[in-house]
Amino acid sequence: MKDVTIGQYYPVSSPIHRLDPRIKLLAVILYIVAIFFIQKFVGFALVAVFLLAAVFLSRVPLLKVLRSLRAVLFLVTFTMIISVLFYSSKTAEPLWAWGIIKIYKQGLINAARMGLRLILLVLGPSLLTLTTTPTALTDGLESLLKPLALIKLPIHELAIIMSIALRLIPTLMEETEKIMNAQKARCADFDTGNIFKRAKALIPVLIPLFVSSFRRADELADAMDSRCYRGAKGRTRMKRLKLHFRDFAASFVMLALFFVILVLRYNWFGWAFVAALI
Amino acid sequence: MPIKITDLNYVYSAGTPFAKHALKNVDLYIEDGEFWGVIGHTGSGKSTLFSHLNALTRIQSGVIQVDEFTMTGNGGKKLKRKNRPDFKALRARVGMVFQYPEYQLFAESVEEDVAFGAKNIGIKGDELAERVENAIKMVGLDYEEVRSRSPFDLSGGQKRRVALAGVLAMHPKVLVLDEPTAGLDPRGKKEILDLITEIKAALCPTIIMISHNMDEVARYCDKIAVMADGELKLTATPKELFTQTGLLESLHIEMPQVTALACALASRGLDVSGAALTEDELVEEILRAKGVTA
Repeated sequence: MKDVTIGQYYPVSSPIHRLDPRIKLLAVILYIVAIFFIQKFVGFALVAVFLLAAVFLSRVPLLKVLRSLRAVLFLVTFTMIISVLFYSSKTAEPLWAWGIIKIYKQGLINAARMGLRLILLVLGPSLLTLTTTPTALTDGLESLLKPLALIKLPIHELAIIMSIALRLIPTLMEETEKIMNAQKARCADFDTGNIFKRAKALIPVLIPLFVSSFRRADELADAMDSRCYRGAKGRTRMKRLKLHFRDFAASFVMLALFFVILVLRYNWFGWAFVAALI
Repeated sequence: MPIKITDLNYVYSAGTPFAKHALKNVDLYIEDGEFWGVIGHTGSGKSTLFSHLNALTRIQSGVIQVDEFTMTGNGGKKLKRKNRPDFKALRARVGMVFQYPEYQLFAESVEEDVAFGAKNIGIKGDELAERVENAIKMVGLDYEEVRSRSPFDLSGGQKRRVALAGVLAMHPKVLVLDEPTAGLDPRGKKEILDLITEIKAALCPTIIMISHNMDEVARYCDKIAVMADGELKLTATPKELFTQTGLLESLHIEMPQVTALACALASRGLDVSGAALTEDELVEEILRAKGVTA
């Protein structure tokens, strides 16, 4: 259980790590939108190259980034198979047919697009979480959502709830492990028996965990109170997010990529070579 | 029923940037009936080492023998059932009392909580009731008064005793205690330590106590193991360890207060030995130095 890292942050220092979290969040949003505009394989290749460059810059091992695909591997394969099987066309000749199953060239192309799109969709955000601490992410979100405070949404409170929750996840994991060990030392058995038996076996873990969570919440509230925490009102920041040159550079690159993708899609300038690409 | 640890290694989060060598080639032999104290700074590997003893931590490499149970490593992977000892029997043999054990209480009544471990090893009926009653009495609680109370209503010290009773009801032959006196006042500390001495005499002959308090270790233990940076630096008797000032300094260990006082007195010219480990010994030394016969 020690090996579970929440938010999977990979702690090295790199230009990508140092980017402003707001810029990273916006870039990821733009990246996701861009992927939905892609239709030509050149576009996918372009985004893949861009992503590879970002991974290289971030000094996160490529395998670590690719590992996030494990979770969606099934989804990707399933979607691709379905889209191959269910593509049908009145005019085109099937490449291969067996009973009612017909496979068309266009179906395969669509499936490849779908697969690439899903894979790229997962990899981008996972690079974000690998290179940004959960706290930085929350700070970034809070700052980006600040305008919503105008319509009386308690953005600061939501952000602080989120950062406390994120902060406590590792603590809770540790606590769970401790309590599980203590009960295991009293020969509690969590690994055998049917699902009901196993669920029941967790009671000796959950009750102490709840008790200590409430105690911890109480203590934390007292500690915040005694340091004059009164919500967002009049609260200043120690680490103020500031945009640097690298943030503008990154934004420029991201916007350029987005623009190229749009050109590939709509061919505004009527270039013949763009039209010829598949 | 000795405990033999051979060439034990442990690495946390191996293969990641967080990798930490928590245990390095640890060899340790613990004879039956000994009271061991284990000292070392936070993160020196004490807790990791002893959580191996009842298979709570999987061995990565090395061998541990506890009585007839032999455990070997499989690179930290789960061993097949036929290749590993019966963990329940092992855990009944080696009782483990963690830091702040009162946080493990969960049942509706003290009685039920104390019975949990014993029930898990298959004790039933009259024997179970008897074990629970004896365990609660042994830790110095009033059985009739606390048996049906909720463990959450008890005071901190009482809770800790209930948690201890829960381990004792399994009738362990080796008891590992991780800082049993942490967070208690001086009187509570002494009570728990005296209790442990009683338990040692009556029920569980081998005690291993992890502690940060040199006075406790000097006073109660037969042998001391010093851990630092995942290595077992040395094993010695309290006398051997605490009389070697140079050694203590190189290991960054403080002297017990009594010994420090004895040394201070000796350096001011009073003819006392700097080897006094307990108050009684020091008093005797001072009386002797002053020529008073008790």
